[in-house]
Amino acid sequence: MLSLRRLNAIVSKEFMQLARDRITFAMIVMLPLAQLLLFGYAINTDVRHVSAGIVDFSQTYQSRQLIQTAANTQVVDFIGYYDSIAAAEQAITRAKVNTVLVIPADFVRRQLNRDYQLSGYKVGNSTAQHSVAQWLIDGSDPLLSGAVAGLSKLPISIKRLPMSALPDPAFALQNYFNPEKRSSVNIIPGLIAIILTMTMILFTSSALVREREQGNMEFLITTPVRPTELMLGKILPYILVGFIQMAIILFLGHWLFDVPLNFDMPSLLIVTLLFITASLTLGLLISTKAKNQLQAMQMTVFVLLPAILLSGFMFPFAAMPRAAQYLAEILPATHYVRSIRAVVLRGAHFSDLYFDLLCLVAFSVIGFMIATMRFKKRLD
Amino acid sequence: MTKEIVIQSEGLGKQFNDYWAVSDLDLTVKQGEIYGFLGPNGCGKSTTIRMLTGLLTPTTGHISIMGKDVQAHGESLRNRLGYMTQKFSLYESLSVLENLEFVAKIYGLSRNDVKRRVAELLQEYQLEDKKSVQSGALSGGQKQRLALAAAVIHKPELLFLDEPTSAVDPENRRAFWEQLFSLSAQGTTILVSTHYMDEAERCHRLAILEQGVKRADDSPIALMEQLRVSVCEVVGDDVAALKTRLASLPSVISVSQIGARLRVLINKKESQPLALLRAESGGGYEVDFTRTNLEDVFVTSTGRGYAELA
Repeated sequence: MLSLRRLNAIVSKEFMQLARDRITFAMIVMLPLAQLLLFGYAINTDVRHVSAGIVDFSQTYQSRQLIQTAANTQVVDFIGYYDSIAAAEQAITRAKVNTVLVIPADFVRRQLNRDYQLSGYKVGNSTAQHSVAQWLIDGSDPLLSGAVAGLSKLPISIKRLPMSALPDPAFALQNYFNPEKRSSVNIIPGLIAIILTMTMILFTSSALVREREQGNMEFLITTPVRPTELMLGKILPYILVGFIQMAIILFLGHWLFDVPLNFDMPSLLIVTLLFITASLTLGLLISTKAKNQLQAMQMTVFVLLPAILLSGFMFPFAAMPRAAQYLAEILPATHYVRSIRAVVLRGAHFSDLYFDLLCLVAFSVIGFMIATMRFKKRLD
Repeated sequence: MTKEIVIQSEGLGKQFNDYWAVSDLDLTVKQGEIYGFLGPNGCGKSTTIRMLTGLLTPTTGHISIMGKDVQAHGESLRNRLGYMTQKFSLYESLSVLENLEFVAKIYGLSRNDVKRRVAELLQEYQLEDKKSVQSGALSGGQKQRLALAAAVIHKPELLFLDEPTSAVDPENRRAFWEQLFSLSAQGTTILVSTHYMDEAERCHRLAILEQGVKRADDSPIALMEQLRVSVCEVVGDDVAALKTRLASLPSVISVSQIGARLRVLINKKESQPLALLRAESGGGYEVDFTRTNLEDVFVTSTGRGYAELA
């Protein structure tokens, strides 16, 4: 059925063309490099250095101590002092600051009351603990306001109470795998999925179309070459390309962003291989449909955007509505983002990921079959 | 010796949207023949060749090649057919050698055969010194030789050539035809489309196509003999003025100026063509019959000439 000689002829021809196509060749290396630097440095969800203002009605040694404690967290940078709430609100509206710490005139009394309560004394009739100061927050960016809201748990006291007197949190937290909570550690393995989606689909989607546009196809289909051989021959060289890109991202990611590299190598290779083939067959499918390279490019973007937005690369999968989750499940990138993070960040073995891997296998097989069936050795 | 029929088509037609590119075409091509398709651009030559090679599905009719139905057994014929496309269809970024090796492997030649056959073709088609050149950098004539070499790499019994010489200078065209004759002498059947008269004249048999309809089909000599016009020549001063006068005569099919002469085609029904011309042109002109050529056949088989003779 399948002639290895013919397959070999097509694969080596593809390699020769690839090696001589400088732009494509540059894309293989430059694309991962540029994206890695861009995403690695720019995307950061650990919010720090939020610009903040202060309204201090208390003007005491204690209030200045409170400000110092808040500044020490590095979550906020105090850059402005305001003498009224109205002025502070205006500064937030004008986006001069994102948040303002308001310290009331009776701050010291409030703080003392709180300290007494915490030490077990009763103050007056009330058992309620009163807040001692206030954060005014620009809530339009949830990520930002969330970070500032975290400051409300700041342990403060005037009386230097022993730590045991401060309220214990109800839950103990233990961060696995990324204890420093650096976003780049989470972003970079996911980036492999995005880069591979982009390049793999782009290369194969234009592969057949280009042969058709340049007239090679008219000759090729009068030869005994079989659609399966042609399709496989188009895919195989790019598997190697995909692995090269993966290696570039992982090793640069390790070098520049300290992404841990303590994964199981066979698992990494298997997971990536399956994703590369799934993406390549998706590209082939596009190329059996597209009439020219421009159309192929447009259809690639059509797949790429959901891959970036829905795969869990940018936004947590769990936070998406149910319908979007179902939609995401039919994208190979979703399964890969999930499994590459598992392998690279959590040291998972590929056998732990059988559902995602099965999905990727199904994509590849079904996609390849449809593409081969759709490809006719005809011009009409 | 009766030669085997290689191509046979009956009632072949192809409809694109609302127009027929080819209609009701009957063809018979015998083994070893060089069979020519002559016709203007857009007359259905390429469409016919694409149907014969199985690239397009005919709307009507049926084709059998070497006794096999093309629609049903197209793939099994692939190893016995060669096809040289109108546009250069090999890979421009690959060298001459790489292209030939690629095509040889696609046709399933063994490793040793690939080497031997490619070396043979490089020599036969004078590409030896160009073998490491990327084919995109070749001249028109070299590209065409490479394309022909690739089309015959598997020694096909039947070769289709779609306007093979459209980007080639006259000297290369002659050399190219030498190669076709040598292939034909070895028994290869060749179907070639062209819009050059001199090329059409070299074919063993010729079909003239216009708007997808076959207007004539015979050997070039027979076609010239069967001509339904008398071919006359008028020589004298100021033939340009005479040209319009002659063209308006009802029995004159066509007048064309060649230098200081007019070539006039007159319906054979006119029994005294020379007398007619002399009467119309008046004194001072030399009028006589002249040798017919293929262009006369073409003019009377297509367009206005065909309509007026019908």
